[in-house]
Amino acid sequence: MKLTEFLAMAVRSLSANKLRSSLTMLGIVIGVSAVISLMAVGQGAQASIASTFEQLGTNVLYLIPRSPEVGGIVGFSPAFTPPSLTLPDAQAIERIPSVLMVAPTNENFAEVAFGGEKTVGIIHGSTPEYFTVYDLEIESGQSFSNQNIASRDMVVVLGNQIAGDLFGERSPLGQKVKIKGNRFTVIGVLKAKGGAMLGVSLDSILVVPITTFQTRLFTQRLASGEDAVQSIAVKVAASELIDDARDEMEALLRKHHRLAGGVKNDFAIVTQQQVLGLFGMITDVFTIVLGAIAGISLLVGGIGIMNIMLVSVTERTREIGIRKAVGAKRRDILFQFLLEAAMLSMAGGGIGILGGWLLAMLVSQVDVGGLNLHPAVSPDVIILAVSVSMVIGLASGIYPAMRAARLNPIDALRYR
Amino acid sequence: MALADSLIELENITKVYQMGKMEVHALRGVSLSIKAGEMIAIIGASGSGKSTLMNIIGCLDKPSSGRYVLEGADVSRLSDNRLAELRNTKFGFVFQDFNLLPRATASANVELPLLYSGASARRRRCLDALERVGLGNRAAHKPTELSGGEQQRVAIARALVNNPSVILADEPTGNLDTASTAEIISIFRRLNRDGITVIMVTHETEIAAQTRRIIRLRDGQVVSDEMVIYEGHS
Repeated sequence: MKLTEFLAMAVRSLSANKLRSSLTMLGIVIGVSAVISLMAVGQGAQASIASTFEQLGTNVLYLIPRSPEVGGIVGFSPAFTPPSLTLPDAQAIERIPSVLMVAPTNENFAEVAFGGEKTVGIIHGSTPEYFTVYDLEIESGQSFSNQNIASRDMVVVLGNQIAGDLFGERSPLGQKVKIKGNRFTVIGVLKAKGGAMLGVSLDSILVVPITTFQTRLFTQRLASGEDAVQSIAVKVAASELIDDARDEMEALLRKHHRLAGGVKNDFAIVTQQQVLGLFGMITDVFTIVLGAIAGISLLVGGIGIMNIMLVSVTERTREIGIRKAVGAKRRDILFQFLLEAAMLSMAGGGIGILGGWLLAMLVSQVDVGGLNLHPAVSPDVIILAVSVSMVIGLASGIYPAMRAARLNPIDALRYR
Repeated sequence: MALADSLIELENITKVYQMGKMEVHALRGVSLSIKAGEMIAIIGASGSGKSTLMNIIGCLDKPSSGRYVLEGADVSRLSDNRLAELRNTKFGFVFQDFNLLPRATASANVELPLLYSGASARRRRCLDALERVGLGNRAAHKPTELSGGEQQRVAIARALVNNPSVILADEPTGNLDTASTAEIISIFRRLNRDGITVIMVTHETEIAAQTRRIIRLRDGQVVSDEMVIYEGHS
């Protein structure tokens, strides 16, 4: 018997029970589309983070507090890390010869209001160097000055998108916006940049002097009573000088923080590569967890196929008897039922790939508050989905098919 | 003694079924010799072992002991695959309740043995077989659209399609009315005249009387084996 005849036979018997076949397929469809779309979202998130950091160039170092007691990724989390950096730290680092400039930065979410318009914005508190380090250009108005920093002025530079959200076509310059209830004068608007950092668009930030941030918006102090800085971006004169700068920074900060020999650092200096690696690790875990959840639904789909195939074998016992009586061999019957299971699962997988791809496209259309994951369906995910659904089809079909093939023809013919 | 021209040679065939803890002796030493071209009725009360004998002759079942020689070759110890090939090429089965695939058309049902033998020109051969049982115009009908007699004729066409040496019919008229019964029996007699060996299990003596040889079984043994004296044969 030729393969095409087996295929035609399988199509006939599956289409004889259309509703049942489609419901059985549904499990695989849902599983595969979940795998495809979730993996796409995970990979998209990773790609967008990578592109954000790559824009910053390779000669930038990040200085963040790091609890010496807590290891692993958790040690980098602000929740587990007491603040240890201050503005004097940043000023000291800036005096290192190989360092071009520093941008100490604090950030937090706050309610932003103008007239009747209200939104939640990401507030960055920093120095004028911030705009250079993060490569942000002023579209209108101006950036704040060191004078603004020194006198803790209530001035703000708006991201392009948030300016549009609050003011529409009107010019925001000179207007007062309320941030967490405090009135700030808008002195500048940034050019639209696109791109996102951790899903936060750089176009939806509000930048204020770091001193104002520390005293008027979010006060956070070290144990010594000094105002805390969450992170310091350090731009080094050239990427070859990165390692030297790093060593010098470490020595300087240890002296500044009065750490005795043998005491671990209460800060961490990370390169762009390390940051990328860190976020890569996070998004990998995220992708694996989502993939595993989707994998469970695939497993359930496979069990559904096995269940239906077992029912089908029982229902068609007489058919099996008839086929054996007219000369079907064990392997003919085995192949017939195996093919039906594989076909159900492959068709489900195919529809699932399409569904997952559509879902990923749909997610990429969503852009709420600058949050866009840019899902990417990669060919290896599709190959994975196809082979997994084929394996599921064969694995869930083999047992029912073997039961069918082993039936004794006489018993099968007598079956009522 | 095996004769050179005998088609089927059974020597002391037994069949024991295990029913739970009980052993059921369905056949207790049956010896038979059947020549090509014969038309035989196997009769006996229910439980006499006639269906078991039929299944063993048709290679649907294996004997517990004894020797079965088909066309000079011992088939009593063959593998399942070889037996499937024999069922496919040497035998055609006709059952009491037709055993057609309900969703397939008459011609698809007839085609079934050809699928497993990998034969060519299948459509032509299906139509030929259907024409031989007078159903050339019913090829596209499904079993539910056919009368009982017509369904049994489709089953006979299926049995015929691979040009078997033997047609085995197990109570082929058990579910049919008188008119259809007469029709089926006359088809079998015509096929027999064309050279096909026909072996039929029945409990109706009237039907048995239309064959040429009657083998009577009781309790798994042959109690009589005689030629029919009936001048209606040609």
